[in-house]
Amino acid sequence: MDKVIIMEQQKLHVTLLSGRTIEQGVGKEYGKASHEYYNACSMVYMDADDMKKLGVKNNTNVLVTTPLGSVVLKAVKYPRAATPGLIYIPYGPWANAICSDATTNIGMPSFKGTPAEVEAAPDKEVLRIEELLMSEFGR
Amino acid sequence: MQVINSVTCPICGCLCDDIEVSVENNEVVKIKNGCAVCEAKFLGYKGEHRIHTPLMRKDGKLVPVSMDEAIHAAAEILANANYPILYGWSSTNSEAQRVGVELTEEVGGVMDNTAVVCHGPSILGVQEVGIPTATLGQIRHRADLVIYWGCDPWSAHPRHLERYTSFTEGRFERSEWTSYMQKLKAGAGKKKVNSALRSGLAKGPAPKPTACYVGGVPPALSKGGRKLIVVDVRKSMTAEMADFFMQVEPNSDYEVMQALRALVKDQELDVDSVGGVPMEYLEAVADALVNCEFGVIFFGMGVTQSAGKFRNIEVAIQLTRDLNSRTKFMIMPMRGHFNVTGADIVQAWQSGYPYGVDFSRGFPTYNPGETTSTDILLRDELDASLVIAADPGANFPKRAVQNMVKHPLIVIDPHLNATAMLGDIVFPTAFVGIEVGGTAYRMDHVPIPLHKVVEPPEGVISDEEILKKILEEVRIIKAQKAEEKEEAA
Repeated sequence: MDKVIIMEQQKLHVTLLSGRTIEQGVGKEYGKASHEYYNACSMVYMDADDMKKLGVKNNTNVLVTTPLGSVVLKAVKYPRAATPGLIYIPYGPWANAICSDATTNIGMPSFKGTPAEVEAAPDKEVLRIEELLMSEFGR
Repeated sequence: MQVINSVTCPICGCLCDDIEVSVENNEVVKIKNGCAVCEAKFLGYKGEHRIHTPLMRKDGKLVPVSMDEAIHAAAEILANANYPILYGWSSTNSEAQRVGVELTEEVGGVMDNTAVVCHGPSILGVQEVGIPTATLGQIRHRADLVIYWGCDPWSAHPRHLERYTSFTEGRFERSEWTSYMQKLKAGAGKKKVNSALRSGLAKGPAPKPTACYVGGVPPALSKGGRKLIVVDVRKSMTAEMADFFMQVEPNSDYEVMQALRALVKDQELDVDSVGGVPMEYLEAVADALVNCEFGVIFFGMGVTQSAGKFRNIEVAIQLTRDLNSRTKFMIMPMRGHFNVTGADIVQAWQSGYPYGVDFSRGFPTYNPGETTSTDILLRDELDASLVIAADPGANFPKRAVQNMVKHPLIVIDPHLNATAMLGDIVFPTAFVGIEVGGTAYRMDHVPIPLHKVVEPPEGVISDEEILKKILEEVRIIKAQKAEEKEEAA
């Protein structure tokens, strides 16, 4: 019988922010089904040291999970400064798959500051927008 | 080739009106003066994702139909709905928004615009405490202290710095970036300039803080001339250009602003830090605020979407008000869509309320949290929706969209965006600001004319015309129903 090695998947507890990037702005003008939009929005900016902790290299896929669900995204090192414990997903359907929808009774969902978990998922695919919409909304 | 000058860019709330558009054979071939997003819109709008004919979902698939069939089907849905949501309105002209109010009133629905997921909390804050503000022209010529709080104009309003604040030469305020920008523009092509700018102006003249709160308060905070302070939870592109970047912990803007209010009033705080900002830095920022001659706070989603939401805006405005007893200070929300300000203005002048207006009782009512589209969707109280000039399919929370697609969904958009992919009836429309003119309101509430530079594709009409056709058809259907009811009685 083969020796079974059980490894607990390492998870990182972080705060999820969503927001604008210039690439997302350019992508949305080309069209929501465009490559530009897909590349700009189906990714997550992470801190370099956090990525090391997870054993994840630049452009490797990760699974981000919040109480609202999970989504596979491409992890990209945040180029400007250290942001330990923070991850940043550009606005779009990928971010909205997992961002908090609590409107605290004023209409505005809590798009910034959702607690989240990140784990490496190099074998999982990042869904294209059509696949993501189909999986979430059945259309 | 025809070159059209002073075209207004229909993308963000800056509404830059100095774009030079070259047109050949009814196609935009070249753009001058625009940012990267502007170029993407003017050169990419006619791409493969454009819709050319009305579409209807039949057997689970969107198939082309005639305009008359689509108009009739959409009008049937709206005329028979009890509580439809008419959402979007921010990427169209004010002429279409005005017809939107009429249509919403006719069908007894809820009219809401993208402010609900953007600067809705700012509107609530303003309704609580008022707003001391100015036009962007005043700010450009006079402001010697510019603060970007929870916003990254370099990403979301790429020419805001260049046209209205730090990079621009005002009549009374010089910009230390002028000679650098001129050299860069003279010596390199636009792409090189853009790439240099994107990489954070590594060779720029201002000292760049590499890490926050290390090595004492930067001397740039007490220098003369125009200063730029950026407050954010992460070092954004704009933060790289700032004289001082104040990094705050997520969801702590309220505390930091209250601390600044206390310091501005010369009160002492018996703590080491607030929201992750050491006291000595906060004191230095408070000094800079008090000692400026004309300061301005621009704020964005970092404040409106974080914990506290409209309370954050209230306290930001109160800070501005406090500062006005020591110097002159203004505050302004960084509005996103090019005409979201117009959507608020048109709804307010027509109904009395800026967003989330409910006509279901026959007269307009407004109660954010109850009559806002996100809440109605999350509670699943709607029975139909019309989405125009926005993309909630991509930008609303998942659960809200799941409820939206449970009911008939009408979409009016030039592109097959995420909402259109989910829609039941999809109308193609002309691009406002490229294929149809009109009026839009800049973020400082100044109305700016939009221009038509090319003809729309054959058979594609404007948002305003589509809405008018639907409205007309709704009235016919309602009249028929009333007649039938009368006959039956």
